[in-house]
Formats: sequence, structure tokens, C-alpha cells
Amino acid sequence: MPEKLLEVRDLKTYFYTTKGVVKAVDGISFTLNKGEVMGLAGESGCGKSTTAYSIIRLVPPPGRIVGGKIIFEGKNLLDMDSEEYRRKIRWKKISMVFQGAMNALNPVYTIGDQLAEVFMIHRGMTKREAMPHVYELLSMVGIDPKRAKSYPHELSGGMKQRVMIAMALALHPPLVIADEPTTALDVVVQAQIMNLLKKLQREHGISIILITHDLSLIAEIADKVAIMYAGKIVEYGTADQVYLNPQHPYTKALLNSIPRIRGEISKLEWIPGQPPDLIAPPPGCRFHPRCKFKMDICMKEEPPVIEVEPGHYVACWLHAKK
Amino acid sequence: MARIYVPEPTEKTILYVKDLKTWFPLRRGIIEVLRRLPRRYVHAVDGVSFQIEEGDVFGLAGESGCGKTTTGKTIIRLIDPTSGVIAYKPRKRLLDEWAEMGYEPPVIDKLGSIDLAKVPSKYLKPLRKEMQIIFQDPYGSLNPRARIYDILEEPLLIHGIGTREERYEFVAKALEAVKLIPPEDFMRRYPHQLSGGQRQRVGIARALILQPRFIVADEPVSMLDVSIRAEILELMMELKRRLGLTYVFITHDLALARYITNKIAIMYLGKIVEMGDTRRVLENPLHPYTKALIAAVPDPDPRNRHILRELPIKGEVPSAVNIPRGCRFRPRCVVYDNTPRIQKYCQTIEPPLIEVEKGHYVSCWLYGEPEEIIKSLRK
Ligand SMILES: Nc1ncnc2c1ncn2[C@@H]1O[C@H](COP(=O)(O)OP(=O)(O)OP(=O)(O)O)[C@@H](O)[C@H]1O
Ligand SMILES: Nc1ncnc2c1ncn2[C@@H]1O[C@H](COP(=O)(O)OP(=O)(O)O)[C@@H](O)[C@H]1O
Ligand code: SF4
Ligand SMILES: [Mg+2]
Ligand SMILES: [Mg+2]
Repeated sequence: MPEKLLEVRDLKTYFYTTKGVVKAVDGISFTLNKGEVMGLAGESGCGKSTTAYSIIRLVPPPGRIVGGKIIFEGKNLLDMDSEEYRRKIRWKKISMVFQGAMNALNPVYTIGDQLAEVFMIHRGMTKREAMPHVYELLSMVGIDPKRAKSYPHELSGGMKQRVMIAMALALHPPLVIADEPTTALDVVVQAQIMNLLKKLQREHGISIILITHDLSLIAEIADKVAIMYAGKIVEYGTADQVYLNPQHPYTKALLNSIPRIRGEISKLEWIPGQPPDLIAPPPGCRFHPRCKFKMDICMKEEPPVIEVEPGHYVACWLHAKK
Repeated sequence: MARIYVPEPTEKTILYVKDLKTWFPLRRGIIEVLRRLPRRYVHAVDGVSFQIEEGDVFGLAGESGCGKTTTGKTIIRLIDPTSGVIAYKPRKRLLDEWAEMGYEPPVIDKLGSIDLAKVPSKYLKPLRKEMQIIFQDPYGSLNPRARIYDILEEPLLIHGIGTREERYEFVAKALEAVKLIPPEDFMRRYPHQLSGGQRQRVGIARALILQPRFIVADEPVSMLDVSIRAEILELMMELKRRLGLTYVFITHDLALARYITNKIAIMYLGKIVEMGDTRRVLENPLHPYTKALIAAVPDPDPRNRHILRELPIKGEVPSAVNIPRGCRFRPRCVVYDNTPRIQKYCQTIEPPLIEVEKGHYVSCWLYGEPEEIIKSLRK
């Protein structure tokens, strides 16, 4: 039996802006087992990062988690106050590589100092005690430990991203969330980082949530895939189910929009229009204004989540009988 | 006999470039000035040659910083070249306008080309009606305080085109052409009131409003969601057919290049390392760098999760200031490591682009007979 690590149930995170309530995450559910990798994909603005920020409990104001449960190792993280979460969970149990984070390294400290600080703060070590751990971490992510003395500006983008990954791994958390970890990087470096994540996952048994708009990248590593659209998960299943037997019209269109470097060249599809404003999402199925298959009911009622085969879930009226 | 690439323009050739270089001077520190050290340069474009036929979608591909944008901007003279020839066959319209200004560029070949590299800056303005650019960033490239109407009218005003009514007509037509319909509605809006895809359409409309025929599209869809890219690309292809355009399509995305370009040049550190028909280059890559690039491209196939990707390349891109001697790819080349026979050439002499199969050019000592190639080089 796989051991359940994280269960997100009906999570809702809204931003209370002056223009209205942005329902960035609006009732999503998924489960992640120990050692598993889940990919979370969807267009810009669909709520991927907000989901991540919710799990690591760093939703920026005016955002708030307004509903649902995040059960991690059997406990609902939303029952903890922020102090307890900070002490017990963040970085120790769940860590995150933030979108665009490599530019967040402090330019006036060496990367060694910045990594050592993690151990000094969270493990109460002296710098001297921390350094062997820093060297070990650096070589784990494929950086020569001698580079500990380098300043961020002396490193390439790929190396900075490796440092950020090292930082996330420092305290051996069982779950790492990586939000667009390769977006600003060139393909070769991107592939190196993906190889690194794969190796780390295999050798250390960590679970990863990989967030990216790029379904090709998710295919590189994920056991499970969740496709998000306008604050909801519209399809969810194993990688094989979602890639080889996609059921939601959105997933199908997304997959058909990707140009491929190998194999046949078939005509690329696109999804007309743009994702909705999450302050006033369309009624019924949120995807209906862009859907080729929409029916009357799609415009009126929200589709229920249907299990189309074991472990494969789709929220679409084409699969639900009314 | 090894054939070293030189452009061979024909009637159909619209532009060809010979040994083009664009170097940017580095600012010198006080110590360098005091010590009278020589000025150093970023070798952004470091000797490229290629040719583009009318109606081509000519791809320029490679990693960031390899010189794609600089090449694209230099050939339409948005950046001044350091040296080299940019041969372009002008329309009569351009020659007439130059004649009116009292400028008659010398013809440099029997096809009637002129050398854009030699056109003095003060005569560049009419060139904008001939050659235009679509920028990568649909967010940054439009003035946020101007309405779409003003953004599109501006080039017409600069070039003194049309009466007020005629300009309105031109703007409306341009918006319709890029499917921002009804145009009256979009004219009134500001860029922030448009989606990314719509903004990029405005970028395309702005490039087309002066009715150019040669367009440099600099990563025109890379900032957009994958889900809407194909729509913009199809629009670009439709406009190309309808208006008889020629594109230079700059992209770091080889999979995308495979769908949209018919010729491709792979650049590394300011040089073209491989060039030819897109299908051929991407399906039968010959240069070790092209091979590595292609190996790194992921595809949406879940079986890939079971394997680590083999990346036949090492190290990182060196700075474009200190170009490695000999073959500039050598420090990253695994073929070099495994092929003692050619190492002395890789170390000392820059491999020229040679024709390895018909219309497929590679710059790597692995191909052809090095001594023979060197003999041809000396000629
Ligand atoms: N601090 C904030 N205040 C108000 N609204 C916000 C805030 N952060 C995010 N949102 C809104 O929440 C929605 C989801 O945003 P989120 O950043 O989670 O998307 P994403 O899927 O990560 O997108 P991307 O692919 O662009 O990173 C969007 O509509 C966004 O505008
Ligand atoms: N205006 C400039 N001044 C100095 N260096 C530049 C300038 N523009 C580009 N470069 C440098 O020239 C090289 C090529 O850049 P660019 O043409 O933008 O590459 P690409 O478009 O392939 O990413 C890079 O090293 C870049 O930093
Ligand atoms: S010339 Fe030599 S170093 Fe350069 S790419 Fe070919 S084998 Fe590698
Ligand atoms: Mg995000
Ligand atoms: Mg560029």
C-alpha cells in the first residue's frame, strides 16, 4: 500500500481585492503519496502558484485560505497557527522553490553563507558546524563545493537555480514544491535541472509537486498529473491516464497545442479566447466559453467530478449524466 | 572537394549576408584606461553568412545570448553592423524614396542588390517601410499610456502617410487584418485592457501598418501561453501568404521552429554552426551542439519519466567577450573529447560552414577532410 503523505481536500483560497473577490483556488482536491511526483499544469493565472502558497501557508495578502483541509502526515495543517506551522512544518517538512526565485538570492552574501544560515536558524548550528552540510548539499545538486565562496552574480542562471533547490532540500523535507523551477532557463540547463530533480527524488524518496505551464516538462517526471483551469482541477489522474487517454476537452486541447520535436508534425490546435476573470467566472462549467463541445447544461450547472476509470477524474458534462 | 558556404543569390533571393559582425564595445574600467589596455568587445554576432529567399520563414535558433536578436536587428539596420555585407534587393518604392532624398545606393551584384550595411543613418527612415520587427514582449513593447489607435497611427504620422481619414482607414484595416474585431472597439483601448495574445496582435499590426515585405519576428509567441500560440502563428502565416511577406523567425524553441520555419540556422556564441532545410537539420542534426540541443527538448510523453535524459554536452556557455580559440564549441564538445584524430584542428582553427549534404551546412571538423578544407580556406 502506498503511504499517503498529503491530501488536499476542497481547498479554497481567495484574494479580497478592492475590485472584488478573486477566487484563485476554488475547491481543489488531490492526494500525494510518499515518494510520488505530481505535476500541476494550466495556463497563466489559473491558480497554480496560489495552490502552492496555500500548502506552504504563505498566501500573500489580500489572500486568505477560506475553506478546505490540507492533511499532511495525518494532521490538518490548517488547524495549526502560523507560529506552529513555521516551527514544525515550513522548510523542515514542506519546502518550496519559488517561481523566479533564483533572482531572490541575496547579492551581498556568498551562496555558502546563505545556505549555512538555513542550518543556523533551523538547527541552531554554528556556522562552522553548518559548513560540512553546505558542502554536502552543493555536491548533491551538482555544484563544486568550492563554489560556496561565490556570490550569486558569479553564477549562471542554472547554478543559481541549483542553489535554490539545495536550499529547499537542506532540512530533508519529505515534500518539495517546485514552482516553475526552470522557466527562465535554456533547454540544456532545463534538462539538467529536471535530471537533478529526478535523481533527488529517486535517491532520497522525496515527494515533489512540480508546477509548470509546460506539460512536456511534467511528462519528464510526474507520476500523477492535475490539470487546473480557472481555479479548479478539471482533470486528474496518473501520468499515463492524462497524457495517453485525456478526457477533458481542455486537457485534449492543451496537449494538441504543443509542438513536438520528434515524431509526426500534425496541425497545432489552439484554445480560442482567454481564461476568465476569476472575480466573475462564467457560470456552469468555467471552461464553457472556450469549449468546442459545450452543451446547454454546461452554461448553467457546474459539472460534477466523475471517476472515469480507477484513479482518473474528470469534471465535464460529457462524462456526467444528468 | 569540400565546399565552404558562401551565399549564392538567385532571382528569388531577397536578402543575403556575408561575414556579418556586430560587436558591442565593453565599457572600460579606469584601470584599463590608465594601463591603455585595448578595448574589449562582446562578439554578439561574429561572422555569419546566410541567404533568405522570398517567402521563406527563415529560423534563427539557439540558446539565449547566442546572438539571434542582434543578428535580426542588424540585418534590418536597427543596430549598426561592425563589418560585413547585408545585401538586399529593394522594391522600387524604396529606391524612389531614396532618389527623392538625393541618395542613390550603389548596386553590388547583377541581381540589383544594395548593401544595407553601407546605408548612412540619415537614409534609414524609408527602410522602415520595407523591413519591420515584431518584438518578443507584448507587454513591454507597447506604450502603456497610449491608446491602440495612437500606437498604430504613430508610424503613419512619422512617415507622413495619408490624411486623417486615410490614417483611420489604415488603422482599422490593420486591426481587422490581425482579427481584432470590431476595430472601433479595440482602437479606444489601452494595452492593459488587452490579453497577452491581443497585445501581440497589436504588435503584429504595428509591424504591418507601413506595408513592409520583410519582417523579423523576434520570439513572437514565447511570452504567450502555449494554448494560444498556434492561433498567433496561424495568423502570421496567413498574413504572409496574403501580403507576400518574408519572415526571419527568431526562436529558442526548436520544436516550434520545426512547425513554422522552412530553413533554419542554429547559432552558438555569435556564429552559425549548422544551417539548412528545417526538416533535415532537426531530423538529422550533424553538429554536436545541435544534437545536444535537440536531445534536451522535452516532449509530452509520460514514458520519459522512467529515464534520465542523456545530454551530450558539458559545461556552460562562455562569455561572448572571450571567444574560445579554434572551434568555439570545443570547451563543451564531447565529440572533441572522443575523437583524437581531429583535436589539433578543433584547438587551433575555426571550422568553416561546409556543405555536408545538399543544402545542409555544418561547421565542425568532424565532417570532411580537414587538410582539404584548410586548403580551400586559404584560397
Ligand atoms: N496577491 C494577489 N492579489 C490579488 N490577486 C492575486 C494575487 N496573487 C494572485 N492573484 C490572482 O489569483 C489568480 C491565480 O494566480 P496564480 O499566481 O496562482 O496563478 P498561476 O497559475 O501560478 O499563474 P502563472 O502561470 O502566471 O504563474 C490570478 O487571477 C491572479 O491574478
Ligand atoms: N546593446 C548591447 N550592448 C552590449 N551587449 C549586448 C547588447 N545587446 C546584446 N548584447 C550581448 O550580445 C550577445 C547576444 O545577444 P542577443 O543578440 O540578444 O542574443 P539572443 O537574442 O540570441 O538571446 C549577448 O552576450 C548579449 O549580452
Ligand atoms: S570542430 Fe571539434 S570541437 Fe568543434 S564541434 Fe566539431 S568536434 Fe567539437
Ligand atoms: Mg505562478
Ligand atoms: Mg533575443
